[in-house]
Amino acid sequence: MRVVIAEDHALLRDGLTRILQAFDFEVIAVVDNGPSVLPTLLEQKPDVAVLDVRLPPTFTDEGLQAAIAARAEVPGLPVLVLSQHVEPLYARELLSDRRGGVGYLLKDRVSDVAHFVDAVQQVAGGGTVMDPEVVARLLERNRPLDVLTAREREVLGEMAAGRSNAAIAGRLFVTEKAVSKHINNIFTKLGLPPSEDDNRRVLAVLAYLDS
Amino acid sequence: METRDWIRDGLRAVATGLLTMVLAIMNIPLFVFFVLGLVLTPVLGLGLVILPAATALIRFRADLARRLAGWWGVPIARPYRPRPEGSLPIGWGAFRRIVTEQATWRDFAWLLPGAVVGLALGIITLALPAYGLEGVLLLPLWLYLGGVWYGYGVNWPIESVGQGFLSLPQGVLILMLGLVVAPYLRRFDALFNRLLLGPTRAAELRLRVSQLTVTRADAVDAQAAELRRIERDLHDGAQARLASLGMTIGLAEELVERDPATARKLLAEARESSSDALTELRHLVRGIHPPVLAERGLDGAVRALALTLRIPTSVDSTLAVRLETPVESAAYFAVAECLANMVRHSGATFAYVSLRLENDVLRMEVGDDGHGGADPARGTGLAGMERRLAAFDGTMSVSSPSGGPTIVTMELPCASSSPRTMLSSGTD
Repeated sequence: MRVVIAEDHALLRDGLTRILQAFDFEVIAVVDNGPSVLPTLLEQKPDVAVLDVRLPPTFTDEGLQAAIAARAEVPGLPVLVLSQHVEPLYARELLSDRRGGVGYLLKDRVSDVAHFVDAVQQVAGGGTVMDPEVVARLLERNRPLDVLTAREREVLGEMAAGRSNAAIAGRLFVTEKAVSKHINNIFTKLGLPPSEDDNRRVLAVLAYLDS
Repeated sequence: METRDWIRDGLRAVATGLLTMVLAIMNIPLFVFFVLGLVLTPVLGLGLVILPAATALIRFRADLARRLAGWWGVPIARPYRPRPEGSLPIGWGAFRRIVTEQATWRDFAWLLPGAVVGLALGIITLALPAYGLEGVLLLPLWLYLGGVWYGYGVNWPIESVGQGFLSLPQGVLILMLGLVVAPYLRRFDALFNRLLLGPTRAAELRLRVSQLTVTRADAVDAQAAELRRIERDLHDGAQARLASLGMTIGLAEELVERDPATARKLLAEARESSSDALTELRHLVRGIHPPVLAERGLDGAVRALALTLRIPTSVDSTLAVRLETPVESAAYFAVAECLANMVRHSGATFAYVSLRLENDVLRMEVGDDGHGGADPARGTGLAGMERRLAAFDGTMSVSSPSGGPTIVTMELPCASSSPRTMLSSGTD
């Protein structure tokens, strides 16, 4: 699997490269500044890109902007965005093109190597992975997403974190069948038409962010 | 609409013109009273009572003139030094304070010229519309009395009914002229008064210095308290965790050959501990300067904040530029504090934030549909916010009647810095 990495800190850049190479990813380009991210992505069209939000020269959110711009050019180009902090606002912007293949994680999560690599693979496969902190901050506000039951909200939160039905079942101590029933209820209640499963999951998460 | 506006302004100006004339005449007894106070000072010390009384009256009179000037767009600041706490309003101390204060003598110098100019301008203000009105009303009077001694405008005397009719359009024109000119005359009067009633440059600077001394002390206190909090948070939090992390890893290093299972457990612990330290640092950073503020500016940061509030909050902003970093930060924390208060106390179901930049003044409004009753005098949060804004010459006002709604309005003067397009790397 071909990966492009954009990260300005040398230590983190080497760390990411090393981890991904150890798990048989092919790191085809490593970028250390904002302006080169978009051209590199468009030229290389990697299977997945791992991008830091904040990059030189302005140290604002050029990584995120590049990810959104690249996906406007190459719809669904899988990007995993890493940051020292997560904002539901950024998550919403990343998801707003309503396609899968998006990840948004705290940099801390990289230290859990197995999970991180799993997330990269899910994103590359068109899945959606939101950092638990995004989900937690949305749960914190405790706004009722009126139509959903408490359990359905829980399941939606797990879905936002990018977990599979099996994983959700394991975490909530219910059967996989119950999980898929909840998920179907969520889709129906949020008015999401039957379509390819992954895309519907993104839309459900987006509804959650917008509630 | 517009016609009504200038007529209303004109009438208001004529009315204030009349008021000004009455007040101008008052200047003369005040002048005499003050001189009496000066002259009688050596006699039985009567001046020690009379002069402070005269001065108080003159200041009251001057304040009226200042307020009238303010109506016509000429703000005049009060130049007086505040009376020291615990000092007597009459007696030797008061006498000395009054005599040594420059503003006293400037007020005194103003009394007579102010009266003359006030009267003269007042007469013009009144005479023009009065003469116009006469023209409008003359015709029936002329017909009734049939006297030829009446004259008006260009017809002097009026000799026929035809000429009598001509007084009507002339009168209307002169009345209109009088109403149009009246506000300018008021403004002119106000500008003249400002020459002597306004603070001198030196007095202005003195007032500014005392204000800056207070806000600087507040700002320095707040900053010191903030630094102490950060130091304590780092010391008890991240620093302690990193120290223990080092120990855990060291121990794991020792055990890695003898007891690999325990070493692995220690390493997992270390990883968890590093993650906790990062979480703590993240919270700390968000309290110092939220990263999203650095990345997106005030507009984006407030939007990001609104998205995470328990109460649905709409953000309406027309900020097209990035503000100076300190202003941006003060503005953000002020809005954040308002919103936090709202979530905690208001019982609202909906809130809004509006951000506007006009003429280099940032106007922020935070409102909700809650039950009101927010009092800046009681909550330390709002008062602290007011102090923080004051360091930037900013102001805050709270309208929160019992039963709601609550609206907090804040204004911050700020020169905007670079246009926002400079900050996004050309990708949008």
